[in-house]
Amino acid sequence: MKELVVISGKGGTGKTSLTASFAALARKAVLADCDVDAADLHLILQPEVRRRESFVSGREAVIREADCAGCGRCAALCRFEAISAVARDSDGARVFRIDSAACEGCGVCTWNCPAKAIDFPERTCGEWFVSATRHGPMVHARLAPGAENSGKLVALVREQARETARQSKRELVLVDGPPGTGCPVIAAVTNANAILVVTEPTVSGFHDLSRVLQLAAHFRIPAAVCVNKWDIHPDMADRIEDQARSAGAVPVGRVRYGPEATDAQRRKLAVVEAGDSPLADDIRAVWQNWLDSTAESGEKESR
Amino acid sequence: MKVVITSSSQTLAEPIDMHFGRAKYFILADTETGHATAHDNAQNLHAAQGAGIQSAETVAKLGAEAVITGSVGPKAFRALQAAGVKIALVESACPGTEALRRFKDGELPVLDSPNSEGHWV
Amino acid sequence: MTSFPSIAIASGKGGTGKTTVAVHLAAWLAGRGHEIQYLDCDVEEPNGHLFLKPEIKAAEPAAIPVPVVDMNRCTACGKCAAVCEFNAIAMLKKPMVFPELCHGCGACTLVCPVDAIREEPRDIGTVETGLAGPIRFAQGRLNVGEPMSPPLIRAVKIRRDPAAIALFDSPPGTSCPVIATVRAADFIVLVTEPSPFGLHDLTLAVETFRPMGLPFGVVVNRADPADERVQDFCRQQEIPVLAELPDDRRVAETYARGELLFDRLPEWRDRMAALWARIEERL
Repeated sequence: MKELVVISGKGGTGKTSLTASFAALARKAVLADCDVDAADLHLILQPEVRRRESFVSGREAVIREADCAGCGRCAALCRFEAISAVARDSDGARVFRIDSAACEGCGVCTWNCPAKAIDFPERTCGEWFVSATRHGPMVHARLAPGAENSGKLVALVREQARETARQSKRELVLVDGPPGTGCPVIAAVTNANAILVVTEPTVSGFHDLSRVLQLAAHFRIPAAVCVNKWDIHPDMADRIEDQARSAGAVPVGRVRYGPEATDAQRRKLAVVEAGDSPLADDIRAVWQNWLDSTAESGEKESR
Repeated sequence: MKVVITSSSQTLAEPIDMHFGRAKYFILADTETGHATAHDNAQNLHAAQGAGIQSAETVAKLGAEAVITGSVGPKAFRALQAAGVKIALVESACPGTEALRRFKDGELPVLDSPNSEGHWV
Repeated sequence: MTSFPSIAIASGKGGTGKTTVAVHLAAWLAGRGHEIQYLDCDVEEPNGHLFLKPEIKAAEPAAIPVPVVDMNRCTACGKCAAVCEFNAIAMLKKPMVFPELCHGCGACTLVCPVDAIREEPRDIGTVETGLAGPIRFAQGRLNVGEPMSPPLIRAVKIRRDPAAIALFDSPPGTSCPVIATVRAADFIVLVTEPSPFGLHDLTLAVETFRPMGLPFGVVVNRADPADERVQDFCRQQEIPVLAELPDDRRVAETYARGELLFDRLPEWRDRMAALWARIEERL
């Protein structure tokens, strides 16, 4: 079983659009949407949810205002600026309140409150789903707004996708990854078989690509690069492919700029499903090149 | 001597679990007597990060001198080393009884550096 | 209204034009003689510098305090490992610290009964400050492989100059790095595009920011008169639309070259003027 992950570094390069087309082209794949912060793949693949689970991760501190003596020790100790003074609803007394979005769940306030007025429950941070789509099973998730994105939910989605592949005897897990280079991306790529970086021919794309390729090298995962909307700036597309080669990554093709991507999205179709076009052919070629490159590189087998 | 075998089930008859950090069970076995008990590692399956470290703690607390498994990430490796626990490797998921026999016969290589990039899974 | 408001430029979806709007607004405000500071809080992929081309005058490491155990004083009671919510301390024969998992909360230092734990800084990235012409410039650059952005984002925000309008260029999405960026801002500008993905992610962003109680408005970038889905959504949700920036391949091409738009497309000056006027109305 192989796990192929599509990432981008910079957001908005077309990673999800391309992944939707790859899902349509792939045979016997399980799809995993690991962009749990702003998941979009489902808008095209229209999954029917078969299983839904809560995602519990970490804890958060909650002050029982009725028991708060207003000493402020919690606010003084909190390193994350999550606690501030407010007027208690019942009597206007000065008490303290924790901003749930800023609370990191470290427990310092809880253990050090002289009045023992702070609870420390587990935190439900979102939900994950196992669903059916026209291109195969899909595992996806929704992180609650403002929730911590440590990568744990991403890791869980991948694990469930692999498990689904094992059970349904599918050979490929195709992952739509998150933007950036932080926790969620690290969780999306560690121990994957290969990465495809979808980038754009802009100074921003060039700049961000180098960081993403460093990440791939750090985790020793073979990387391929695809330049989307390449004809906006052909010179930059060349430079990006040179940069990829210098970093040991393989350029696997270019996709041109065109209205087909948004048009297909509006029709809830992947570009390769929405009719023939040179742009669709570009995407087919990238997919085939990427598959060929992952077969050749003799990467370690997925466990 | 006491060793821990990582397992997805509670019995040595079943195949071992190749991943140290998130193994469902640790089976503590005595190489002299063959007596074995299974210990649940479930709380680590849910850890956001650092599951391997917690697993290493568990192994140390169980008093094992060696652990038999498939792969160990860098943090778990550091923790096991600090605890003085040897790491013996199997290359594929054989039954626990066979892993134990091969360990006793000295057939299993001992890991001297982490053989996995570190999982988040 | 304060004379020097702080405005966060955010979005649900990546690539909608946050940095484009942020740098052009900064440049336009500077051109009108305002005291203005641009702070790039997208510390995983900072791009503002590519357009503003600042001269960096100072670069300082940003660090998280991580515990160091004095083994002579340590009695191996295990309380530090037990209190750590992030599994950053393992209790073996003696405590073993895993600095990369540490959030720098200090719980272990407080719980140690023999005061055996002190803290030392662990570098996670760099904060750079300088000038782009008259624009005060600050950005954070997270070390590649480093998982957590919020501590570096906080380090960037501390550089906020109280005697200038501050524009915080935010990372995309709605999770913790974005919250760290937009907290305590006077206003949030949400940049989106009229596509199904753009609208979907805008709804996620609105769900996230509404409970924070900060005023916000929407900029529709790559606007298309044939697709008013975002404007319809905003009308229905009573969210002000601050600007509609038309879709134009020339914008993409100029942006691709890392150039500001004002030379090739001078109408963008008027667009920024209009945007600022709409923001000011709501401060």
